[in-house]
Amino acid sequence: MDLTYTPEEQEFRARLREWLAEVLPSLPPKPSPADWPGRRAYDLGWQRMLYDAGYAGLHWPVDAGGRGATPTQHLIYLEETEKAGAPYVGANFVGLLHAGPTIASEGTPVQRARWLPPVLRGEEVWCQGFSEPDAGSDLAALRTRAWRDGDDYVVSGSKIWTSHAEVADWCELLVRTDPAAPKHRGISWLAMPMDAPGITVRPLRTLAGSTEFAEVFLDEVRVPVAHRVGAENDGWRVTMVTLSYERGTAFVGEVVACRRVLGEVAREARKNGRWDDPALRRRLGGLNAEFRALWRLTQWNVSEAQSNGGVPGVGGSVFKLRYSHARQELYDAAAEVLGPEALDLGREWTLDRLSSLSYTIAAGTSQIQRNIVAERILGLPKGR
Amino acid sequence: MDFQLTDDQRALKAGVRELLAARFGRERLRAAVDEGPRLDRALWRELGEAGFFALRLPEADGGVGLGLPETVLAFEEAGRVLLPGPLIATHLAAGVVDGAATGEAVVTAVDGRGLVEWLAEADVVRGDATGAEPLRPVDPLTPLHRVPVSGGAGLIDARPVSSTGALPTASLTSLFTAAEQLGTAARTCETAVQHARTREQFGQPIGAFQAIKHLCARMLVRVELARAAVYAAAVTADPVDIAAARLLADEAAVRGARDCLQVHGGMGFTWESDVHLYLKRAWTRTQRAGTATESEELLAADLVSGVGR
Ligand SMILES: Cc1cc2nc3c(=O)[nH]c(=O)nc-3n(C[C@H](O)[C@H](O)[C@H](O)COP(=O)(O)OP(=O)(O)OC[C@H]3O[C@@H](n4cnc5c(N)ncnc54)[C@H](O)[C@@H]3O)c2cc1C
Repeated sequence: MDLTYTPEEQEFRARLREWLAEVLPSLPPKPSPADWPGRRAYDLGWQRMLYDAGYAGLHWPVDAGGRGATPTQHLIYLEETEKAGAPYVGANFVGLLHAGPTIASEGTPVQRARWLPPVLRGEEVWCQGFSEPDAGSDLAALRTRAWRDGDDYVVSGSKIWTSHAEVADWCELLVRTDPAAPKHRGISWLAMPMDAPGITVRPLRTLAGSTEFAEVFLDEVRVPVAHRVGAENDGWRVTMVTLSYERGTAFVGEVVACRRVLGEVAREARKNGRWDDPALRRRLGGLNAEFRALWRLTQWNVSEAQSNGGVPGVGGSVFKLRYSHARQELYDAAAEVLGPEALDLGREWTLDRLSSLSYTIAAGTSQIQRNIVAERILGLPKGR
Repeated sequence: MDFQLTDDQRALKAGVRELLAARFGRERLRAAVDEGPRLDRALWRELGEAGFFALRLPEADGGVGLGLPETVLAFEEAGRVLLPGPLIATHLAAGVVDGAATGEAVVTAVDGRGLVEWLAEADVVRGDATGAEPLRPVDPLTPLHRVPVSGGAGLIDARPVSSTGALPTASLTSLFTAAEQLGTAARTCETAVQHARTREQFGQPIGAFQAIKHLCARMLVRVELARAAVYAAAVTADPVDIAAARLLADEAAVRGARDCLQVHGGMGFTWESDVHLYLKRAWTRTQRAGTATESEELLAADLVSGVGR
């Protein structure tokens, strides 16, 4: 058990820190949350800067254009960028954190050459078309149909909750290619260009008032068969690869952010006198324990992944369960500190409190994560 | 950074587990409960011979010369099997009280809030036990006395590690207590899962029911979070890390035991099942070396002082 960093890791951290200090002041101002074209340009611009500095695709394999960094280096990267207040992956989320790694591990050389470099260079944005109105937790119940017509699939159906659909160039799309097969078997994983005829994107308003996600209607959209990643009807297995990346390290930077916010909440309480309330102090102290422990669990999981050749394990579900609830408690505590001001949408914490409500739902609800922990880690029988 | 157990640490943990399985397995635990709280002196000496009490004592002084992480692993194993006795006080007395390191002497200590474990069986008491009155202890394997204390002195020590590199006794007691709680919590989770796999109702194992699955999943999540916190606190020896680890380990042990009881249904409410023993020991340990309130206050102070972040 060692929590010290090797000289190479420290060197990596120092160079990264230096670079961040140099480039961050030159970034353009952050666009408003409603300005989607602005957000896209901002996020892609940041990705381009990372690319030029050699930090793009840090955790991707070298033969996929990545840097082949160790999980520990990736951890350091997420920690330092968050501490420095660097932009979050934003619109590049799906491309960098799950579509990219999935194509890197399951795609053909031609597919890798086509799709990976533009993600790394900040030229193309991806979205995730998995969920459907009748297929959420029961993802394999999806019904969007794709049938072969020559060299194309013709796709009809609809997707929902598709984050960043408004600005995406590509969609990692799950379709049913064999309706007769058992539900987990007849699925395929396609890369669909978002500008193809027949696609309608209708933004949905979130409870925070923003349009983070959308409904996507597909009416006889033609997707070349060559855009299928993995074998026909083997899409469920490919999906599991995608989900393991999604749940793997996706939240690491956010834990660092939560620790920072917790410190700010405590200082705000000191300023406005709420700190004199012992019950509130205890609550914040308890949250400090929680986020410290979550950071240690992150270090534990990353070290474990490192000794398993970099593959994130089911530990991601354990982490996500506790983290998603802790994040909500953090913003509830922030609201208690703010008092009536917590009702003001002009306060950043109020918006963050609203968005924290999605964490126990998105990327697999807490109930589904508990099933995963119980069945895959503890070996309890599947329910009938 | 490699925050995994080294091969030596794994071997040490396995070694302690083996020794305890052979000498204090489930039958021995139940026999001890039936016999009443009497300390097994032979086992105490065996633990001494195996180096349990002298783990951190320098080799030059006849100790094993290991560190906090190894000691925490050993206490975790003791916690797994609910090993009785003033283990922490004796360990902390190694090198200070004659015979403690080798397990010849049984050493206990007066806790900051006036509780003394195993007073009647101890050869040496550290602290002033004048006026000690026996309690009827909730845990059948932890006899307790209460000593009147003036002013309810808190025992959590926010002072950083001293120049000699030694942590204050209260912090060490808290860390090793957290390790014991972790061991008990892990064992409790396994016990619940084992029962959920085998007990059938409505024609299927109860573990197939989601309500039971989710109780078990919550237990595991608490154990894993506590494990990361406890091991990290052993590595950093930071009083704030220790306070955090203690909070999470207490939670994992106490709530874990309650959930385990729920999974066991009526069986869990009996004297025959071990569940109450896990719960009662976990409760007993929560009273050691500082309260949850003190831990939370320390962690709150850390947020505004900015120290240790
Ligand atoms: C902010 C946000 C962004 C998202 N982005 C995307 C995206 O980009 N792409 C995409 O494809 N999807 C996205 N999603 C969708 C997300 O993955 C689903 O919302 C999620 O998987 C839950 O599905 P559902 O909404 O259909 O809820 P349901 O599956 O209908 O669940 C409703 C309730 O029932 C419970 N439940 C369901 N099944 C079980 C069961 N077996 N056992 C116990 N309880 C159960 C759930 O836990 C939940 O509490 C996003 C969601 C959110 C909130």
